[in-house]
Amino acid sequence: MQGRPQDPASHRRQRVSGKKTMKILVPVKRVVDYNIKVRPKADGTGVETAGLKMSMNPFDEIAVEEALRLREKGAATEVVAVSIGVQQAQDTLRTAMAMGADRAILVLTEESPEPLAVAKILKAIVERETPDLLILGKQAIDDDMNATGQMLAGLLGWPQGTFASKVELADGRAEVAREVDGGTEVVSIALPAIVTADLRLNEPRYASLPNIMKAKKKPLETLQASDLGVDTTRRLTVVSVAEPPARKAGVKVGSVEELVEKLRNEAKVI
Amino acid sequence: MSTREAMDFDVVVVGGGPAGLAAAIRLRQVAPDATVCLIEKGSEIGAHIVSGAVIEPRALEELLPDWRDLGSPLKTEVTGEEMYFLTESRGFKVPALEKVMPHIANHGNYVVSLGEVCRWLAEQAEALGVEIYPGFAASEVLIEQNRVVGVATGDMGVTREGEHGPNYAEGMELRGKYTLFAEGCRGSLTKQVMAHYDLRKGVDPQTYGLGIKEVWEIPAANHRPGLVLHSFGWPLDDHTYGGAWLYHFGENLVSYGFVTGLDYQNTWISPYDEMQRTKLHPVFKPHFEGGRRLIYGARALSEGGFQSIPRLTFPGGALIGDSAGFLNTPKIKGTHTAMKSGMLAAEAVADALKTEQVEPASFTSRVRGSWLYDELKTARNVRPAFSRWGTKLGALYSGFDAMVMRGKAPWTLRFRHADNETLTPASTSQPISYPKPDGKITFDKPSSVFLSNTNHEENQPVHLKLRNAALWKTVNWDVFRAPESRYCPAGVYEVGDEASDPRLVINAQNCVHCKTCDIKDPAQNIDWCTPEGGGGPNYPGGM
Ligand SMILES: Cc1cc2nc3c(=O)[nH]c(=O)nc-3n(C[C@H](O)[C@H](O)[C@H](O)COP(=O)(O)OP(=O)(O)OC[C@H]3O[C@@H](n4cnc5c(N)ncnc54)[C@H](O)[C@@H]3O)c2cc1C
Ligand code: SF4
Repeated sequence: MQGRPQDPASHRRQRVSGKKTMKILVPVKRVVDYNIKVRPKADGTGVETAGLKMSMNPFDEIAVEEALRLREKGAATEVVAVSIGVQQAQDTLRTAMAMGADRAILVLTEESPEPLAVAKILKAIVERETPDLLILGKQAIDDDMNATGQMLAGLLGWPQGTFASKVELADGRAEVAREVDGGTEVVSIALPAIVTADLRLNEPRYASLPNIMKAKKKPLETLQASDLGVDTTRRLTVVSVAEPPARKAGVKVGSVEELVEKLRNEAKVI
Repeated sequence: MSTREAMDFDVVVVGGGPAGLAAAIRLRQVAPDATVCLIEKGSEIGAHIVSGAVIEPRALEELLPDWRDLGSPLKTEVTGEEMYFLTESRGFKVPALEKVMPHIANHGNYVVSLGEVCRWLAEQAEALGVEIYPGFAASEVLIEQNRVVGVATGDMGVTREGEHGPNYAEGMELRGKYTLFAEGCRGSLTKQVMAHYDLRKGVDPQTYGLGIKEVWEIPAANHRPGLVLHSFGWPLDDHTYGGAWLYHFGENLVSYGFVTGLDYQNTWISPYDEMQRTKLHPVFKPHFEGGRRLIYGARALSEGGFQSIPRLTFPGGALIGDSAGFLNTPKIKGTHTAMKSGMLAAEAVADALKTEQVEPASFTSRVRGSWLYDELKTARNVRPAFSRWGTKLGALYSGFDAMVMRGKAPWTLRFRHADNETLTPASTSQPISYPKPDGKITFDKPSSVFLSNTNHEENQPVHLKLRNAALWKTVNWDVFRAPESRYCPAGVYEVGDEASDPRLVINAQNCVHCKTCDIKDPAQNIDWCTPEGGGGPNYPGGM
């Protein structure tokens, strides 16, 4: 990451190295729960979400967990969760705080905005909060864009360690093991930086009942997207949403011979 | 002693169905300073609710008189009603329904998704200051000096072998001056409380039905909002109580389902297949054509009614709703009675809080003095008549009971057997051949369970426990040929190595929490315990 354009957080570089505080910001998205089978709306304009259970994006749970572990190890001092979306996204933030985040920020928008708008809003929040590290999920399981973290890194001009399966902080740098095709790549990036969490980074903790009760009293600040001066107009057009073609039923074979016979004569693959 | 975290409340409510939510709301209305905590094992309120559901707004009217202005999901009023007696190929419409079967007349009632109603009731409760925690199952009753002092939630993150996994989180004690059990039909803690205080002494055994339901979306041209259809007769034999329902409601939605009385005798009966094949009957089939199936689910309901209601209170609490068995069976309605029982219990508890009584005993006298009692008493002879004399004579009797006796017959028919005692051995039961699913209107079990969004954390102890593993082979297999593989609507029970060395396979992850196995297992050998909170079905809106 050389020759980076103006670094909006460069003024803070000093504080990062010589300081006592170390703040981690974790964006968490409210999505349809991973247990729910979704279906296209009857008119094909999108996915039916009315009346469905919503939860925190599973990769964001992993991101929260990682931030908490860094704080528990003494490598961080504060974990702030932020969500962008409708009023009910505050439930997602309460979950993050029940897991252990110290406080939360809700940026209200009419509906769930596109990754670029989310990244711009997050940039505005970064400028207010001046965190040292952001940990996002690698992707949200509703739209599967895998984009927000990378866009935000670009907008901020910060280094990024995506698809993280391991994160260590030391001396103002993050060492991130990345899950790449065929193995692991380890990168060392200077803070402040962006990390996106992959599945194997950790196994998130439960939000226990006592902690859910306590989380009700933790501070949750609500902002309007418009107050941050970010334009959230949609730029992408969804052409159509359709169910994947139904899979043909499988067959049980009785023997290896039968399997070979079927592969040769019915499937014609050998 | 336990080192678990604990929290004190005035009242703890176990279960977020209509009974628990109505009780919580009433409590904060009549005792605004009382602290009330409600827990629900579903991942959210409504996630485990299965109902028909045509509901009578009577109790709601009393609970929240301005419900119409509170954005309630009661939107489709009943507009038409038909009841059919089915033979294999024909349907005979019962004439003058309001006279012959006044107990089922639905004028002024609403067709709803009961799950949505519960979510809305939960919002009302939270606005009144009730603390609601979904995703936590009460797994243990706390009894100290013979008084119920609350419940504990289950530990999370315990492995299949019973060890503490990496994200183990200990359960928590929710301690209450009073605890209301609103677990619905066949509550797992209610069962323990009934046994501990011998609450069923002197009352008839409870009898149950299994309701299996689908929600469909059908073409707007065929949708007749507010249409309510019921059937009895085919495909069940004359000794089996039950029938189908089909309600049109909401935005092109149809609630369809089938109830099979769990006192059925023939071990080859598969309630799931009865439900599937009834859709192909000419009375029902046209309703499904061109539609798509959206949701699937199942739940047992208490059918014993009046004669089977146990003692309602004990030191430190009370049973409410379907946990106590307050369902009006001939009406197939338990929502208004569940709510009313919750409200009356709340009033009794509010009184007890003031006077520091140990047992909120005035609940029983409040029930006796209310319409709830009259309603259940009037209906009391219909269901047992069917158990005794079969469907045709039972139906005749119920017409006589309604028209001539007007529910005031000086006798009470008793239930003689618990549902686990009624099965006949495989060797003497008539085998039944069910049609294969066509994939358009009828479906197989796995594709159905898929539509219940059911999941349990995989690595946890199996929540369906055999009290004595050896009994399965000698009783369930040798005598009855594994009836659980047929009555379980989620395919949880399968027989492995059937030809050589039959053994029971339990796919606990698929369990939709209907409680049928806990009820119908012939030797009462299956104990349904609460799995990790949040597990089970995730029924969406519309269910
Ligand atoms: C198939 C079917 C059709 C029906 N049709 C109609 C109808 O058309 N009209 C009508 O009025 N009534 C109908 N009923 C009856 C009605 O649905 C019930 O009487 C009513 O739901 C009972 O309310 P409840 O609150 O007592 O129990 P439930 O509605 O069963 O709610 C109990 C709640 O407690 C939770 N719970 C249980 N155990 C625990 C625990 N240990 N810890 C935490 N939470 C727990 C459950 O998950 C559930 O959410 C029908 C019932 C069935 C099954
Ligand atoms: S295992 Fe028992 S409770 Fe679970 S779905 Fe099957 S019959 Fe119902």
